[in-house]
Amino acid sequence: MNFIAHLFARYQLSHMLILALLLIVVLPLSMDIFRLNLIGKYLTYAFVAIGLVLCWGYGGILSLGQGVFFGLGGYCMAMFLKLEASSPENTAIQTTPGIPDFMDWNQLTELPWFWEPFHSFGFTLLAIILVPAFFAFVVTVAMFKRRVGGVYFAIITQAVAAILTILIIGQQGYTGGVNGITDLRTLHGWDIRTDEAKYILYFVCVALLFVCLFIGKYVINSKLGRLLVAMREREDRVRFSGYDVSAFKIFIFCLASVFSAIGGAMFTLQIGFMSPTFVGIVPSIEMVIFCAVGGRLSLLGAVYGALLVNAAKTSFSESFPELWLFAMGALFIGVVMAFPNGLAGVWTTYIEPRLPARLRSPVPPSTIPAVAVTTTAETSSTPSANPTVEHRHAGN
Amino acid sequence: MISKSRNYDSTRGTRRTLLRRMLAIPAALALAHVSLPALADSANSTGLAVTDSTVTVGILHSITGTMAISETGSVQAEKLAIDQINAMGGVLGRQIVYTQEDGASDWPTFAEKAKKLLVRDKVAAVFGCWTSASRKAVLPVFEQYNGMLYYPTFYEGLEQSPNVIYTGQEATQQILEGLDWADDAKDAKKYFLLGSDYIWPRTSNKIARKHIESVLGDKVVGEEYYPLGHTQFNSVINKIKLKKPDVVFISVVGGSNVAFYKQLKAAGIDMTKEKPLFLTISVTEDEILGIGGENIDGIYASMKYFQSLPNANNEAFVKAFKAKYGDDIVIGDVTQAAYLGPWLWKAAVEKAGSFDIDKVRAASPDIELTTAPEGYVRIHDNHHLWSKTRIGHAQLDGQYKVVYESSELIEPNPFPEGY
Repeated sequence: MNFIAHLFARYQLSHMLILALLLIVVLPLSMDIFRLNLIGKYLTYAFVAIGLVLCWGYGGILSLGQGVFFGLGGYCMAMFLKLEASSPENTAIQTTPGIPDFMDWNQLTELPWFWEPFHSFGFTLLAIILVPAFFAFVVTVAMFKRRVGGVYFAIITQAVAAILTILIIGQQGYTGGVNGITDLRTLHGWDIRTDEAKYILYFVCVALLFVCLFIGKYVINSKLGRLLVAMREREDRVRFSGYDVSAFKIFIFCLASVFSAIGGAMFTLQIGFMSPTFVGIVPSIEMVIFCAVGGRLSLLGAVYGALLVNAAKTSFSESFPELWLFAMGALFIGVVMAFPNGLAGVWTTYIEPRLPARLRSPVPPSTIPAVAVTTTAETSSTPSANPTVEHRHAGN
Repeated sequence: MISKSRNYDSTRGTRRTLLRRMLAIPAALALAHVSLPALADSANSTGLAVTDSTVTVGILHSITGTMAISETGSVQAEKLAIDQINAMGGVLGRQIVYTQEDGASDWPTFAEKAKKLLVRDKVAAVFGCWTSASRKAVLPVFEQYNGMLYYPTFYEGLEQSPNVIYTGQEATQQILEGLDWADDAKDAKKYFLLGSDYIWPRTSNKIARKHIESVLGDKVVGEEYYPLGHTQFNSVINKIKLKKPDVVFISVVGGSNVAFYKQLKAAGIDMTKEKPLFLTISVTEDEILGIGGENIDGIYASMKYFQSLPNANNEAFVKAFKAKYGDDIVIGDVTQAAYLGPWLWKAAVEKAGSFDIDKVRAASPDIELTTAPEGYVRIHDNHHLWSKTRIGHAQLDGQYKVVYESSELIEPNPFPEGY
């Protein structure tokens, strides 16, 4: 009993249960499939937001290019589905039957080599995880091993997002260009456009989201999580303590990018197409906003943030098609001004203290490691620490 | 609209009237329930948003984002057409009510909103989309939920959906006549093809090249593409100077146009001298507004409609448009095509005697419109319009002067053989 109570406290299981109840029972019962499919779409952004909580909220690595990984995951899935939709029978009217329609428009006469493996579903699933992870690995190794961080890293991620968008749009014969990869129909002969399929995909999406949430919780509660917070607060002290800082940063960034890619793949499945509009700078920044609104130190907050911001976007734009952008702007400014810690901050400062004691989570776990590690770092640093070095830290 | 105002009323008033109203709700529901079978008559047997006095349609364009500047004209034209139809008594005795959604220049948003219009609002038709990308994004939605889209933009062809009526020209209609005219009237032999890098210019130039080389027996001396939004055209201007083509055939779109024509002028090329001659398929009066008449004076455009078109239909249309939206407004090719959408839909519904999508689709081929501002149009079996193509000559005031008009209606041919 004690063990379970401990588990509950450690993983904030009660909060998880509320979210699970909401996503698995309340929403599917109260919404028709059109709205539920929209919720499913919002949840795919929640994957990105969870990743951002880990790498930005805990690791202090602000990435303004998460759309890149969302896009890579989405494109991998879209390539598989597109190949299945472009069977020679379906594309008989083309000059070259059996290749995707946009290749035919661009006068390609055979399938490019890097499309070939996407005939296999197993390979596609692997690619959804490995391609973004590899890409994130290359970018972060190049950056973090050279101790490039902070604002510079954020700018570089933006540049990567811009480059990838330009690449996808420019190489339209291979990627579908501005139009993206559209008209995806079946997955192994299973029609993904029916209402029934949309229900199933929604629950798959929710299940994967919880897998990611648990991985995230596990990471935060582990020693790695404490190190991340320590690095965020005082990177040099962690380095002086003998840790290879860059390795942890690379790991957490790759993990965040894999989460984003899973979101992207689920997006493609639920919406039925992928386009470069998700890869660019604007959507990437939007994803950071979801995370900020939800609270960048709370995994669950990120999910609520993604849900709330997107639901607001949909309902504002449906009610005031000409003014909705202003309403969104007001929402962002309002949240950031009034609640710097986002929705999660509202919960911990205003709502939780008023709850009966046994419903409260013991102490928000995010604060424990921060305090603990800072004190150990403090004691381990030599008394003769150079004040000018200290000063530079503060500047960082 | 109606249900909204009713909700609004019920929130007002004293508690007693509220109570009475609350009691009335079940009664109203029961009534509605009884009257449902009556509604499901032959005019609407599939549960579309049609009442005894109204029919709801959707308008789906970008009114925010980069495409807003292009799509605003289409929204205005569609609203004007709807107003005029309502003033004439509506469609099958019903007034048209529209639900407008914003595609926000974002293709996934277009798909989401299209789905909302079809699934939630059950609209009888949707007038909307502008870019090919947005059309490609909504196409599966319209086919899955069996909606009807009236798409106004001139586009690349290679598409024929049972759920779309294409009221703009497809590529061959717009291009071949223009090239024939250049070959014939201007005795052009050497062509330079220039476009923005996406599907429409690529497909257009593919068709143009085939036509120039195989049909006209002329030469293409260059073919260049620049990314959307590109603003540095000096290198291509130098190439044009070097290769000395007779005709530069241009399908540059959006903001790039402004840079391109200004830089042409700055490079000392006088477009009025027609050496080379500039022939565009992408610059309508709307774009000239941004480019400036003085920067583009002297080029030619090949499309189906110009605001200056001298006929009675068009004069009435321009007058009504200006009365509604102000005297400074200009009307381009796409705006006129968007205006046709509600009229063509009305004609098809009246021919079918029903709002049912399947019946409207079946009635659509051979629907003709004698009141179109561009003159007479007719819907082909392939859901595109028979239309004439005109050549306009850009004037200092930002208007085109029509210098040539095809003698016959041109048959739409979205899948051209041999191109």
